[in-house]
Amino acid sequence: MENEKLSLPNYNIPEDLENVVAVTTLDRLYNWGRRSSVWPLMFGLACCAIEMIAAQTARYDMARFGMEVMRPTPRQADMMLVSGTVTKKMLPAIIRLYNQMPEPKYVVAMGACASSGGPFKEGYNVVAGIDKFLPVDVYIPGCPPTPQALIAGLIKLQEKIDRQSIKTVRWYNKEKKDGNYVPMPILGPDLIDVRRNADIKQAAAVAKVTQESA
Amino acid sequence: MATPVQTQTVDLVARFPGMVTADARPGYTGFIVNKENLVEVATAIRDEFGFDLLTAVTGVDYLAENKMEVVYHAYKTTGGPGLVFRVQVERVDPVEVPSLINIWPGVDFQEREAWDLLGIKFTGHPDLRRILMWEGYEGHPLRKDWKEPFFEEEAKPFKSRWPDGQHTFAENKNPFRDNLKFPADFDPEKFEVVNEDGLYASLERHTMKNEEGSLNTDHIVVNMGPHHPSTHGVLRVAVTLDGETIIGLKPVMGYLHRNHDKIGERNTYLQVIPYTDRLDYFNSMSNNFGYVTTVEKLMKIQVAERAEYIRVIMAELSRIQNHLIFIGMLMNDLGTMYTPSLYAFEERELVLDIFEAVSGARMMCNYFRFGGVVRDIPDYVMQKIKDLVLERLPAKTDEMERFLNENEILVARLKGIHVLNAEDAIKYSVTGPVLRATGVPYDLRRADPYSIYDRFDFDVAVRQNGDMMDNYLIRFDEIRQSLRILEQALKQIPQGPINSQKPQYQVRVPAGEAYGRIESPKGELAFYVVSNGKPNPYRYHVRPASFVNLTAVESMCIGSKIADFVALLAMLDIVMGELDR
Repeated sequence: MENEKLSLPNYNIPEDLENVVAVTTLDRLYNWGRRSSVWPLMFGLACCAIEMIAAQTARYDMARFGMEVMRPTPRQADMMLVSGTVTKKMLPAIIRLYNQMPEPKYVVAMGACASSGGPFKEGYNVVAGIDKFLPVDVYIPGCPPTPQALIAGLIKLQEKIDRQSIKTVRWYNKEKKDGNYVPMPILGPDLIDVRRNADIKQAAAVAKVTQESA
Repeated sequence: MATPVQTQTVDLVARFPGMVTADARPGYTGFIVNKENLVEVATAIRDEFGFDLLTAVTGVDYLAENKMEVVYHAYKTTGGPGLVFRVQVERVDPVEVPSLINIWPGVDFQEREAWDLLGIKFTGHPDLRRILMWEGYEGHPLRKDWKEPFFEEEAKPFKSRWPDGQHTFAENKNPFRDNLKFPADFDPEKFEVVNEDGLYASLERHTMKNEEGSLNTDHIVVNMGPHHPSTHGVLRVAVTLDGETIIGLKPVMGYLHRNHDKIGERNTYLQVIPYTDRLDYFNSMSNNFGYVTTVEKLMKIQVAERAEYIRVIMAELSRIQNHLIFIGMLMNDLGTMYTPSLYAFEERELVLDIFEAVSGARMMCNYFRFGGVVRDIPDYVMQKIKDLVLERLPAKTDEMERFLNENEILVARLKGIHVLNAEDAIKYSVTGPVLRATGVPYDLRRADPYSIYDRFDFDVAVRQNGDMMDNYLIRFDEIRQSLRILEQALKQIPQGPINSQKPQYQVRVPAGEAYGRIESPKGELAFYVVSNGKPNPYRYHVRPASFVNLTAVESMCIGSKIADFVALLAMLDIVMGELDR
């Protein structure tokens, strides 16, 4: 937001009334409230979580952006900071947490691993990016991102919130009743993404044919 | 550099003729024990020869020779060189080796890991389930003929990337277009999920039963984690509770298993260094130290004199910030949310500034190289280190002690809680501050000196009671001793080159094996590397302190309150990156 204040820039409010009166739009009021208190889920996965903690401490102080209230329960959180490598074994727990978060909710992929698998992408137990399952709002590069980078990413999230309109946001959309519900993946011989069951069956059948002909 | 460990001081061949042979392969040491006699020989190694601490158990898959090998590294808690013994079995399923859990209970998790990743069945192990992967996972990933879904080539650098720098998405090469691998003709709809009955059945193992005639109370099983604010990451613990009292407990891990060993075996020796940073992410410098020490042992090279000092300085600074964070986090878990940890993080930031100045990164330093370090310490940074070590940190340590140590609540929560006695600690292969708090002065910097630690005058911090209070206080003692070492190192550090080798992308490592261990802030951090002369390690195994120390947790908690368990997890100072690898 160019103008950090709640008031729209073009209204001349007398100086002595500035703290009392504001002329603004409903969207701006709504977003101003939300962007100024984004409560993150207290949720650390790997190395990045340590930088996330560092960002909370005195030197960097995320509290300046209204983000100091880390909630361990997803029911009270607005933003999920996926801070670290997402493994296949951990993924069902992450999806469950996401599904339990009430709308409006945001996902920030912190670091290379959460964005794409990072240095561990080739690992057999690693999910190559949380965006294969959750809708990510902001990606923060780095391994791990410095606290400054994390804060820059969170400011980007605030900018994104500023641009949303109460008329179009998905959580007031009557047609999309279940919002962003993500079906739970299953741990089988490998990670089964139930949305892709048909794909998996087909590819496995092809694999059988090639195995027999070999 | 310390001289290579001589293991032949013990002559097992003479003691057990026909059962034991000396390992004659070039570059290998130790003894090969017949599978049938393993338990008998191991008992003698512990009782007759006095090797009471079995630090590492791991397997190696020798595909070409059609053999599976299990390697054991035993040491004496009185210090001195170790003993390597191994068992070789035919590589035909089921690969079976007798379990040593009755001789050294500390092998529990490590044997389970070898079963999970290599498919070695330890007969007689009471709870042989998968540990890092989940039950029902297809295959044993560390076997040499097992290929991960994004498999490209046996070894890096991949031909597709180097020297031309072509890039294709790994997803495009996999039939499932993702990091997935299913058996042929797999049907996800007809698949039945493997449940966790095995876990809950194993919980019964130590569960206390209601006594005859006593009031019959209901027990409930609670799962703490993997998302839990006090489990220090993604650890999960299944607990059986009687009211608030823990009567059975089982840690479940692997939620951060990111395949360190497998990726390490594809990498070149140099490429592994940045991965070691991400093991114990509080102490990337110590991890680097352990790994390069091991490979240098294999390469038989000297380390540049100045680099030795730089390494010690970095490792000790790392230890100080680790222990400060430990204290902050312990306070967090005891309920003084944030304030003490904010004090700790303030000092940590100053140490990280130094790391950033010398290596370019705050946390993932990637600073050590074979034969030395990658960059010299500039003068202004040296001055910063001196200010920190001589002025600020001693004062701040005193300040923290003054604020905390006599706090009534702290004493009430820590004193006499979770006592671990020395005997049990050794039995469970516990190392590091947790072992020293029980009265065993076992510090690798003294007991089996590596690098140049034999040149410094310092005391091994030791406390006698083994309760939480001693575990807490010993961290302050260790900070003081680290400061002492730093003071001497800063005084003695010479000028000169920082690497004895030329900068190189690929190092030549002669065939053989090496087991290198260092005293990391959490305990013994060891690397087991097998080389076959190629540019990549044939077997690369990490023996993390957190993982093995956690073996003791099960028996320690029985009968205590669940709230104290949270503090106990903090006290063991586990880091998931290292625990799950």
